[in-house]
Amino acid sequence: MVSVGNELMTFAVPNMAPAAPEIFLAGMACVILLLDLVLDDSNRYLAYLVALASLVAAVGITLHGFHHRALYTFDHMFVADRLSDVLDLAVLGLAFCVLVYSRCYLRERGMFRGEYFVLGLFGVVGMMIMISAAHFLTLYLGLELLSLSQYAMVAFQRDSSRATEAAMKYFVLGALASGMLLYGMSMLYGATGSLDIPTVSAKIATMSPHNVILVFGLVFVVVGLAFKIGAVPFHMWIPDVYDGAPTAVTLYIGTMPKIAAFAMIMRLLVWGLQELAVNWQEMLIVLAVLSMLIGNVVAIAQTNIKRMLAYSTISHMGFFLLGIVAAGPVGYGAAMFYMLVYAAMSLGGFGMVIVMSRAGFEADRLDDYRGLNQRSPWHALIMLLLMFSMAGVPPTAGFYAKLLVFQAIVNAGFVWLAVVGVLLSVVGAFYYLRIVKLMYFDAPTDTSPVKVEPDMQLVMGINGIAMIAITPWVGTLVSLCAHAMRAMP
Amino acid sequence: MTVNMQDVYLAIPLACLVGSAVSGLFGWAIGRVGAHTAAILGVAVAFVLSLLVLRDVAVFGHSFDGTVYTWGVSGGIPMEVGFLIDPLSALMMVVVTFVSLAVHIYTIGYMRDDPGYQRFFSYIALFTFAMLMLVMANNFLQLFFGWEGVGLVSYLLIGFWYTRESAVRASLKAFLVNRVGDLGFVLALAAIYQYFGTLDYGGVFAIAPQLAKTTIHLTPDLSCSVITLICLLLFTGAMAKSAQVPLHVWLPDSMEGPTPISALIHAATMVTAGIFLVARASPLFELSNTALSVILVIGGITALFMAFLGVVQTDIKRVVAYSTLSQLGYMTVALGASAYSAAIFHLMTHAFFKALLFLAAGSVIMAMHHEQDLRKMGGLRKYMPWTLVTTWVGALALSGFPPFAGFFSKDAIIEAVGDSRLPGAGFAHFAVMAAVFVTALYSFRMLFLAFYGEPRMDEHTRKHLKESPAVVVIPLVLLAIPSVIAGWVGVRPLLFGTFFGSSIRVLPQHNVLANMALHFTGRGPFIAHGLQSAPFLLAVLGFATAWFSYIRYPQIPGLVREKAGLLYEILIRKYGFDDFNDLVFVAGARAVGRVLWKVGDVALIDGLMVNGTARVIAWTSRIARRMQSGYIYHYAFAMIIGLVVLMTIFLHH
Repeated sequence: MVSVGNELMTFAVPNMAPAAPEIFLAGMACVILLLDLVLDDSNRYLAYLVALASLVAAVGITLHGFHHRALYTFDHMFVADRLSDVLDLAVLGLAFCVLVYSRCYLRERGMFRGEYFVLGLFGVVGMMIMISAAHFLTLYLGLELLSLSQYAMVAFQRDSSRATEAAMKYFVLGALASGMLLYGMSMLYGATGSLDIPTVSAKIATMSPHNVILVFGLVFVVVGLAFKIGAVPFHMWIPDVYDGAPTAVTLYIGTMPKIAAFAMIMRLLVWGLQELAVNWQEMLIVLAVLSMLIGNVVAIAQTNIKRMLAYSTISHMGFFLLGIVAAGPVGYGAAMFYMLVYAAMSLGGFGMVIVMSRAGFEADRLDDYRGLNQRSPWHALIMLLLMFSMAGVPPTAGFYAKLLVFQAIVNAGFVWLAVVGVLLSVVGAFYYLRIVKLMYFDAPTDTSPVKVEPDMQLVMGINGIAMIAITPWVGTLVSLCAHAMRAMP
Repeated sequence: MTVNMQDVYLAIPLACLVGSAVSGLFGWAIGRVGAHTAAILGVAVAFVLSLLVLRDVAVFGHSFDGTVYTWGVSGGIPMEVGFLIDPLSALMMVVVTFVSLAVHIYTIGYMRDDPGYQRFFSYIALFTFAMLMLVMANNFLQLFFGWEGVGLVSYLLIGFWYTRESAVRASLKAFLVNRVGDLGFVLALAAIYQYFGTLDYGGVFAIAPQLAKTTIHLTPDLSCSVITLICLLLFTGAMAKSAQVPLHVWLPDSMEGPTPISALIHAATMVTAGIFLVARASPLFELSNTALSVILVIGGITALFMAFLGVVQTDIKRVVAYSTLSQLGYMTVALGASAYSAAIFHLMTHAFFKALLFLAAGSVIMAMHHEQDLRKMGGLRKYMPWTLVTTWVGALALSGFPPFAGFFSKDAIIEAVGDSRLPGAGFAHFAVMAAVFVTALYSFRMLFLAFYGEPRMDEHTRKHLKESPAVVVIPLVLLAIPSVIAGWVGVRPLLFGTFFGSSIRVLPQHNVLANMALHFTGRGPFIAHGLQSAPFLLAVLGFATAWFSYIRYPQIPGLVREKAGLLYEILIRKYGFDDFNDLVFVAGARAVGRVLWKVGDVALIDGLMVNGTARVIAWTSRIARRMQSGYIYHYAFAMIIGLVVLMTIFLHH
């Protein structure tokens, strides 16, 4: 490890080791960009393979430098700690699956080009930077890197007017939200005189939590965060973007960025603004209840599975926020577990849409799932597990996720909120079970067999079965989340 | 001894369980011979080991009371598998495994052509396991486990021929009636835990005398002794399991099951579980004269009135079934008179001779090609010598002729109840006395109708009449031996000796058997005394009546039926218990159910709550989705509104 000799106040090379995975991935993204220039369509898969290999290597680097205590670098702007390690691994793992799931979809639609991988990897780097941010600007930098990559990816299918429209909406609204977030940060800077998260936190501890400027800034920050995770009423972009984007991009947007958003909440609200918890708790309660309500209720009226899953996302974000509302290590741990499980469920859900689709057929209507059990019992079973997990049916992972969040919120004294959550999850069960009903009890409208490539088949199988097979190790995962939470002050 | 006795105790029920699992789960693979070998081997091992345990307990005076496995602890209540091995349980273990073994062997012949052969063996081995867990338990919870286990297997076996509607109905009836008793049992368990803080026999019985004066207010005005309440609740459980009036209605119908089951479960073992329970809990029952009086009266009613019904039955198995009810009444009366040893003694002798009678009846039924109607039999003695002899043994033992087993136990009960000073003892004494006559009457009526007189079956059946195969005859002989000698062997140690030791506790003022022991000078004088006493004369009278009515003057029954039409009608209708239950409980439950279904479920829950909510949500959903207009300025506006609202709320704080 390079020692940092900056006692002499001379320019010194910063310690690169804590940021090694990010630096490596950014470098590999550039390599793929160059590589793509010399590849033609017949050997394009080389770019794909290099992208996969880079993710695997990044996992290796992260594992190699596992951090038991926080390591700061780049003038305290970047931190590598237990939280960042665990979340980085989750993001990298999900990115790997996303690439595997996307390959066929992209190739069948003439989108199997280097840009997808380059943008995808840059987005991953952005997320990892958000995860490791110890400074408002680092956080913002990572967020923008991710957002810009995503805007481009949504518009990736240039000849599709729906995709372009979705990208436009996403970009405009995203810019608005980024502006609000930045504005909130500037307010906090004005009140505390610092952008460094630990310093901000220390400063706020000496101030009244009802300081007008702090609360003013906080509201803007919360709005920015709410937009990123898609909490009501900042959720409007989600259905349109999820629906308009190519499914492979929806898959990307719907999984890893949620984990990055979770990291952002942890770094900003918990690490930086824990002293203002009394304020943001109440804001998040409003957002959580509205999200659970609107998400679950409106999902029922959807006929398009991508839109349905989009509303499902909104409702899940409501449940997830309950864990944050509990405002304690147990609640944060529960929220983290919820987010990880959610990301896996979402991966599987959109993955199944890709599995079902083929050239010229998007499989995005609910009716396309009628009688799936007769066409392919295996895929129907996987979808069943995913839907049960999303609905929170025991003993699936989704059940434990909800259970832990409800436990945390009850222990924090918000019994009524848990009751509301349980009731709304019952409402939500309806549209998940409707898919099961369509698959198992209706006659298929389309009897062609479901064709899937073996690697995707394997990952998809693991993804689906994990929803229930994970049951014996829920305790391990929960303690892993608790372990990561110890990085928080 | 080098063997650890604890391992032996464990091996006894487990051998049966393994036998059951092997024949049940792998029956398809190992075939019929494999299945019955596994089950019989398991039960045979259990029988041999039970004999060892009995020797260990009776000869060496060892006993054991301890937990072998803690299954779980819930809310501070330990749920444990524990064994209490004392003379009472050791004796029961031997009786259960012996009868079970005999029935297992008999089943090879009886069920030979049945497609459910392996399933049957699996069930009866499982039954033996559950029954052993019941008798070996050292706590009420495990007793209850065994209790429910035997109940379950009983249900499965009554409905063994599940394509027959009557069998399915009978199994359901047995199950439902036992629910009534189990409710009492569960309440008793709760009360015991509430007041004693433990469910272990040892703890409960040690604390019981201190609670003798404690009372509980059932309603503000009505209070009763805790011990009485617990005893009556326990006895409710016993009444259902041991088929005491008015919870006896399931037992006659249980004859829908295959005959080996009637012998094993519905005569020899399971139905005596209630008797065993009361004897086991004697330290509790002794403290409540009220409970003992109730037991005396219920037992007396059952003993006498169920015997009457045996006289009018035409189905050979039902005759034996009503006889079982009546004999269970005898045991109950003995319990009520605090003659627990006499009850267990009668339980044992009855297990042998009643199993024998059932298996003999089964042998007759086999020969008759599954015809059970006595009116179509007759003259079988020429074809079935072994069955005839063993039936004679069974009938003599049942009617209480010395020196057969039944004589000793029944005579002891009658004497004991005569000595009892509890309220109700007078009635019970009369009832058991009168029942002796009736018992002899229906026993020999059955014997004479089946084996003597003119053959009344059709020509085809008559041609094929022959003695049953060895696997059927051997168990008959095996059971006939103890039916003859068990009384002679057992009377001294079991009734008047110290065999039971501390496993049965009797208060001095209740101890009728001790008074009788003062006059007991040996088995010879006991028999001599019995020959001069009223019960013997009544039995002879019953025999003579049967002989006159069914052999000497066969026209008598018809005349009696015409003259006493009303009485006959009452008996044939079984005093109207079934009619009453159908009218009140069955129809009533269905009426209540229909109201709850139509109003509660369909209208309120489904209509208003479930579908009503669903409709509201679907409507809301349709409205709410309109908000998603697709216009970017609407979306941005929503965000701004959200921001402003949050800002307003929190800056106003």
